[in-house]
Amino acid sequence: MKNLLSIDDLQLDDVLNILNTAKELAKVTSGPVKKLPTLRGRTVVNLFFEDSTRTRLSFESAAKRLSADVINFSAKGSSVSKGESLKDTAQTLEAMGADLMIVRHHASGAAHLLANSGWIKATVVNAGDGTHEHPSQALLDAYTIREHFPDHHENLAGLHIVIVGDILHSRVARSNALLLKKLGAKVTMVAPATLMPLGIHSWGVHTSHTFDEVIEQADVVMMLRVQSERMSDSYFPSEREYARDYGLTLARLAMMKPDAIIMHPGPMNRGLEISGAAADSPRSVVLEQVKNGVSVRMAILYLLLGGSIEGDRS
Amino acid sequence: MKNSFLLKEARLSDGAITDLEVRNGQIVAIGNLADAADVAGKHEVIYDAKKNLLLPGLVDLHTHLRQPGKEGAETVLTGSMAAVRGGYTAVSAMANTSPVADSAGVVEQVARLGREAGLCDVFPIGAITQGLEGKALAELSAMAQSQAQVRIFSDDGNCLSDPLLMRRALEYVKAFGGVIAQHAQEPRLTQGAQMNEGVTSSVLGLTGWPAVAEESIIARDILLAHHVQSRLHICHLTTKGGVELVRWAKSQGINVTAEVTPHHLLLTDESAIGYDATFKVNPPLRTNDDVQALRDGLADGTIDIVATDHAPHPAEAKECEWNAAAFGMLGLETALSAVVEAMISTKKMSWSTLAERMSSAPAKIGGYVEHGAIGVGSTANFILVDTEATWTVDRTKVASKSQNTPFHSRSLPARVLSTYYKGILVHNDGQLTGNKYE
Repeated sequence: MKNLLSIDDLQLDDVLNILNTAKELAKVTSGPVKKLPTLRGRTVVNLFFEDSTRTRLSFESAAKRLSADVINFSAKGSSVSKGESLKDTAQTLEAMGADLMIVRHHASGAAHLLANSGWIKATVVNAGDGTHEHPSQALLDAYTIREHFPDHHENLAGLHIVIVGDILHSRVARSNALLLKKLGAKVTMVAPATLMPLGIHSWGVHTSHTFDEVIEQADVVMMLRVQSERMSDSYFPSEREYARDYGLTLARLAMMKPDAIIMHPGPMNRGLEISGAAADSPRSVVLEQVKNGVSVRMAILYLLLGGSIEGDRS
Repeated sequence: MKNSFLLKEARLSDGAITDLEVRNGQIVAIGNLADAADVAGKHEVIYDAKKNLLLPGLVDLHTHLRQPGKEGAETVLTGSMAAVRGGYTAVSAMANTSPVADSAGVVEQVARLGREAGLCDVFPIGAITQGLEGKALAELSAMAQSQAQVRIFSDDGNCLSDPLLMRRALEYVKAFGGVIAQHAQEPRLTQGAQMNEGVTSSVLGLTGWPAVAEESIIARDILLAHHVQSRLHICHLTTKGGVELVRWAKSQGINVTAEVTPHHLLLTDESAIGYDATFKVNPPLRTNDDVQALRDGLADGTIDIVATDHAPHPAEAKECEWNAAAFGMLGLETALSAVVEAMISTKKMSWSTLAERMSSAPAKIGGYVEHGAIGVGSTANFILVDTEATWTVDRTKVASKSQNTPFHSRSLPARVLSTYYKGILVHNDGQLTGNKYE
């Protein structure tokens, strides 16, 4: 594995290796000393062309726990606002010694471009590209699901995962569709047709426009954030109507299976896609997702930069 | 005289071998001329066609030459060079330059640059609306009556979406035998659109450009053209539904013509996988179903012509994120080979039909009377093609000022060997000869 650009590039073995490595790293760093020396002397760049405090912080703390040097680049106030191209920005940062670039960009395919254009030699991790993919998020979601359903350690067969919201514009949904399918889960995407891509029939997932039809069968309900700009563009008539039909309301919370869990990639719009009661209920694993995110991202950096757990222990 | 010669042993589309005599840029005799005893004495210059295929010079109705204003991408001269290397003896310069070709002054400037280049005819296309803004008609009659004698009008790059303005334009050009060439793209349905809407766009997370955005405008404009009894030309048709609409219109006797580009005959939206913006083009590459329908439409004449939509862009406009990249790809130097690959290698079309679709029919639509025919009395605009050759496209070796060909490193069949413009050999064996018409 040279880069992590899309879940599609991973074989099932790669996925399990990442998840198992994350588990090991979580154990190793759960003590009072949270640091490993593995990536000492390596430089990791957070190349963020789009605001995302939590993803950046998660990658940054993952890198630091592995003792890497971290450079943070954000497009605001940088030369990008002066019209510098992606190529120039990436080459400039590589010239400063970057071994690995974690790229968040508003354009779909930006990470692919950096990895495959020949502009740079550094390893590239896609931390969210436009409306395409967000592979580390899907991996941390799978990790979290596995933690909650220990019978499903090797795969997620038999579990029904329902993903609700703006599927059309969601990189989280795309990466999760690919990954959860790979792990054998049944996936149902729920959204009004306006927020579902026309080609979704090719994804190998089930679809529904009626949340109430599927919520009772769900083992996992994953709510997606609704971006505010969708509201002004007639994807749905009003926040109130969206919340009523597709929100995780108190009434729907009561319809869930006893051991079903609630996930959300954050940040949450309380009262829109998720009620406060659902967000704060014991079913909600949102904070675990955040915590697991650091371990999973450690595993990603670790494996990409050639670390091995056995080697570190000896 | 450079434009007087005997061309011996050229092969016609039907397989017959013939000689051709050109005097002062005109074809004066066709037949078995080389056998005559006095040939050597009579002709100062004799070219040997070596039994390669003789076709009328290709005619492009859709060419972005970028001058004035975007000379970094292409100029009328470099575009003319690319044209003759591709076997074109006439191109039609699209109006989306800077300033826009929406006045007699600009179209005359482009025509003059074409004459100065002297490699092929450059016919300016006039904008339909002032500044391509779709708000008010440009001075169409002034452009028609200018020295450039504009007959084709198009806002290409933009769709003329206002139905009333479209109606007016269709009516207004009747006075001088003009034709409105529509870039069919419903703007509201294609806001932020990046590629064909379908399976591939859903996976790549790129905003979709739905087929219906093209078809709804085609349907509307066909009905408008019928209503006001005018001529409509549909630029770069890309969808199966669009082909069916044009087929229906023709069955009703409505005066509509349509074009397809070489790239839409050969490439699909799956080219976008990998996010190489070389494959970003407007209208977008479609599905294999669409490609097959376009090929069938071109073969049966529903689609009248091939047009390149040659759209040069400098490297920096393509070496970037897909969303930020410019739409468009080169076409002139690969058009014939791409059409051969799509239509002749697949046995859907004959060489004589190819000559019709790439030369005679576009010449007729544009009113380019010196093009599209090889016969005694016609202007000596013709090419020789090695139909058996294959060659590998190399973007670093194009005559165009830009390198954004979608066929880089691809092997294509058939090669244009030489191009004669008004009887002057302007291109021979891949090289410009340095000769020009003055």
